[in-house]
Amino acid sequence: MVWQSAADFWAMGGYGLYVWGSFGATALGVALEVWLLGRGQRAGIKQLQRMQRWEAE
Amino acid sequence: MWRFLMTVIRRDLLLAARRKGDWLTAQFFFIMVVSMFPLGIGADPEQLRRVAGGVLWVAALLASLLSLARLYADDHRDGSLEQMLLSPQPTVLLALGKAIAHWLIFGLPLLLIAPLLGMQFALPLEAILVLVASLAIGTPVLSLLGGIGAALTLGLRGGGTLLTLLILPLYVPALIFGAGAVDGVLAGMGAEAQLSLLGAFMGMSLLIAPWVTAAALRVSVD
Amino acid sequence: MNLYHYAAPAAFYGLAGRLIPWFAWGAALFAAAGLYISFFVAPTDFQQGEAYRIIFIHVPAAWMSMFIYMVMAFWCAIGLAFNTRLSFLMARALAPTGALFCFLALWTGALWGKPMWGAWWVWDARLTSELILLFLYVGIMALWAAIDDPKRGDRAGALLILVGAINVPIIYFSVKWWNTLHQGSSINLMQAPSMAATMLIGMLVMAIAAWLYTIAVALVRARGLVLARERHTEWVQKIIKEA
Repeated sequence: MVWQSAADFWAMGGYGLYVWGSFGATALGVALEVWLLGRGQRAGIKQLQRMQRWEAE
Repeated sequence: MWRFLMTVIRRDLLLAARRKGDWLTAQFFFIMVVSMFPLGIGADPEQLRRVAGGVLWVAALLASLLSLARLYADDHRDGSLEQMLLSPQPTVLLALGKAIAHWLIFGLPLLLIAPLLGMQFALPLEAILVLVASLAIGTPVLSLLGGIGAALTLGLRGGGTLLTLLILPLYVPALIFGAGAVDGVLAGMGAEAQLSLLGAFMGMSLLIAPWVTAAALRVSVD
Repeated sequence: MNLYHYAAPAAFYGLAGRLIPWFAWGAALFAAAGLYISFFVAPTDFQQGEAYRIIFIHVPAAWMSMFIYMVMAFWCAIGLAFNTRLSFLMARALAPTGALFCFLALWTGALWGKPMWGAWWVWDARLTSELILLFLYVGIMALWAAIDDPKRGDRAGALLILVGAINVPIIYFSVKWWNTLHQGSSINLMQAPSMAATMLIGMLVMAIAAWLYTIAVALVRARGLVLARERHTEWVQKIIKEA
């Protein structure tokens, strides 16, 4: 095992800011993309439904 | 084929001769941008000499984009571009002719202005010669690659800004080799390597850019 | 089974819908394994300490940003050569994810550079080319955004992507060459002193996770684009009604 304790793990040998800054930013970026994608998908369907109704009239 | 190419070039030169203000704008833009730098970073000759190559080259890139925005726009507006695309002549020759004409109007005067600006930046004579040589080899690249961007953004809103966004990254090798040639001669390392790399890049652009521009014109004018 | 069958939008839509969960779960699984390797299997580096663990995310992100661009160029070439509309949609679906990985490679590179080089940003050949690649992604997406006509947008974007693809190696070479003239870069992310097998495996697992994630995300995006493009066809009308 590399780590003695949880605190040791979070400290990353003094490089915590850099390591967690990198992994955190990646997690954030991926989460943001997935969220935007889901939202865009629903908005897209709604938009198409609106257009369908509008064109039917 | 030759006749068509010459016709395209002569037509653009004639139009430029009638609208002098249009292309003088790009030249004065170049002069002004370059002249702003000493005001911004100080007039220490040593420092100016160090940045001269980069400053002149960056200003040349920006000035080229300024003039390229109108490369096809005027012909597009009055419908003559569509006529030329419909003619049996190959579009690639049109693109090549347009790029050559743009270089004659934009690049060639730049070569005459650059030595004066180089002196303002305290460049020694041999560095000025290399600067002019690098611009002579490099500005055709700007006209050729810029033509692609001008064709792609034809008739779009915010076309000029968009053109900058699309084309500046593609200019990077020309900037590096061009400005590097001036730096090389200042550092006493000679500029042959940079100039020949720049020449290779120019040759590649000459081979590829007219075809892409022609394809882009057919996409944009439909 | 006929591959051409899935080039038809309706068939593609159905197939992609069935494939997406597999890729998404695969990505999650590999990401979990990759994270486990990066934090619990890989030992501390004797030179760089724990900071080197950043490469488990930096290197796959940099690989993906370049690889996605190549895949986009591939789809664009196919689209221009065979006039297949779906290929252009794939390029459009991939671009935002490529830009994201490009940004992440720059961000993690900066966070790695601060403790190692003592500066957030160094004009290192790799970082600089990555920055220019990000500019290319931004330019392509701006071009798509500016063109309303989908057909023109597809083709104009494809031409720009292909010109960029020819130019990227030249840009990389010129930046590298410029870099060696102006400064010799000290340590490199890739030439970490002890490129042990565990490190390589960790990076590969993370790269596979990023790859599966990219496929999943791109398929979702492509499905949305297909719906919008084919909205007048019967099968899309049916899907919209049922949604």
